[in-house]
Amino acid sequence: MEILVASTVAVLTAGGVYLLLRLRTFPIILGLALLSYAVNVFLFASGRLAIDQSPILSKYGDASYSDPLPQALVLTAIVISFGMTAVLVMIGLGAYLESETDRIDIEDEDTREEGQP
Amino acid sequence: MMHWIILPVVLPAMLAPIIAFVMRHDITLARTASVAGTVVLVGIALVLTGMAADGTTHVYRLGDWPAPFGIVLVLDRLSALMVLLTSVLALMVLLHAIATGWDARGRHFHALFQFQLMGISGAFLTGDVFNLFVFFEVLLIASYGLMIHSGGKARMRAGLQYVVMNLAGSTLFLFALGTLYATTGTLNIADLALRIPQIPAEEAALVRVAAILLMIVFAVKAALFPVQFWLPATYANAPAPVAALFAIMTKVGAYAILRVHTTAFGPGSPGTADLAATWLFPAAIVTIAVGAIGVLGARRLMPLIAFSVVGSMGTLLVAVAVFSTTATSAALYYMVHSTFAAACLFLIADLVVTRREADSLTPAPATVQNGLFAALFFGAAIAMAGMPPLSGFLGKLLVLDALRDPGVIGWAWTAILAGSLLTIVGFARAGSALFWKSTALPAPDGAAPATRATPMEIAPTLAMLLTLGALAVFAGPVSAYLQDTTTQLFDRAGYISAVLGTGEEG
Repeated sequence: MEILVASTVAVLTAGGVYLLLRLRTFPIILGLALLSYAVNVFLFASGRLAIDQSPILSKYGDASYSDPLPQALVLTAIVISFGMTAVLVMIGLGAYLESETDRIDIEDEDTREEGQP
Repeated sequence: MMHWIILPVVLPAMLAPIIAFVMRHDITLARTASVAGTVVLVGIALVLTGMAADGTTHVYRLGDWPAPFGIVLVLDRLSALMVLLTSVLALMVLLHAIATGWDARGRHFHALFQFQLMGISGAFLTGDVFNLFVFFEVLLIASYGLMIHSGGKARMRAGLQYVVMNLAGSTLFLFALGTLYATTGTLNIADLALRIPQIPAEEAALVRVAAILLMIVFAVKAALFPVQFWLPATYANAPAPVAALFAIMTKVGAYAILRVHTTAFGPGSPGTADLAATWLFPAAIVTIAVGAIGVLGARRLMPLIAFSVVGSMGTLLVAVAVFSTTATSAALYYMVHSTFAAACLFLIADLVVTRREADSLTPAPATVQNGLFAALFFGAAIAMAGMPPLSGFLGKLLVLDALRDPGVIGWAWTAILAGSLLTIVGFARAGSALFWKSTALPAPDGAAPATRATPMEIAPTLAMLLTLGALAVFAGPVSAYLQDTTTQLFDRAGYISAVLGTGEEG
């Protein structure tokens, strides 16, 4: 299972970084989504991998439970990354409609002089 | 009461939704509420500074859970200082934004402003690394909104770049936290400080990975080379009052480096002991160079100031990277100074640029009150470049004085002195193009009479310059206070026992 989880994180991260370097809005949104999936799986794994164990103490004195804290961390991270992706989509759309290009990099300052307050 | 500690977070958090939902159609009401809230925040920050002044570390346990299990807010002299700095800066910036009408050029300025204050105050007060991440996200999501406030093509594109950059940084932050939790089993800063030295040396590699990842994340926020590239584009295209408020955001990164790398990864930690000297110090030196060259090469006024912010962050982080008490207290003095100097420059730039056609550094017919703006710009520029008599000179002197060790003196002195020289030349070039050569050009016929700056528009800028002057005049008491602050910061045992100990009441 360790191999499976580790390679999942690796593949998701690699794909995310590749898409992030495409310098266009839509691939970057997908890339950041992949990266956030990768980090969520990674955070789960940070509390040790365990199968068939209750998330928190099922009854007192029973020591076999998985670590609940990473689940709380992942929940927070999911909520935040979901909200951030929504913001990014809106800003990306706004930037595309304003400038009619979906490139992320900004052109040289010399080429745009006018129209800037 | 002890509940004072959470007020800087709760007050803006309550005020912002009220402004957003109730007062969104009434700008006067929103302005009143926002200014009132910020004034109260200054008051709270003063009370907190008073509470922290006796040197005790106050701990606020949310839900009264004991420290390693629950979330804690920690108030010591450093966090009190940073919250006070934030609130005073925010008040001046807010007054400028209202006087110049920036807040009416788009929607929800005041609500986003309050959310931003909530995030910044929370980041300074938290005693838990994951909570630091959450407050980073709060301040970032507010800053995205402020960054693209009032729209425009260039601003939207720069804003998109800024958002993507910071989202990538946030992902990295979570990876760092996951690694840290997997190695130590805790995310509380005091608990980390306790457990990291106990990690056996053969497992120290993972801690080192986590420490380096965290340093990269904070370096992104602090605009440290090689991840400084987002800052000039962002600050140059942001609305000027927002750029002035952002002057504190780079300091959040510097604060986080200071807090995490003095307390959690303190001296003697396996694997992380040489981290600052190996990576932070050279990166800070290059940052000074990037900033100085950028100031020299900028074609517009706003990027020029943005690059000078990069340079000042370099100077600040050179002092931080040494991690000695004298260097850190010099860094804190310089941090207070450079926050106000950068904000002041952005506000002056706003006053000047709105009265010119573009903010390119080319001579154009003189605007009204050319002399006044020139004087303000001159004052702020000498503060930023580090010339006497303002506090920039004393700040740089303190930093230079603290960096006397044989290993660092050559690089640090060369970088800071040469960087200051280039910054002076850059600002002199900008000032003479903007203000001096302009007087030789005739005013164009039939031009609309430019609006004069009202006293309300100039007052925040003037107040900041006066603050810089006061910082220079009261340098003795201020640096004595900062010396105590640094001593408390480096007292890891005191911090740990205050947070984890059961002696204090919640």
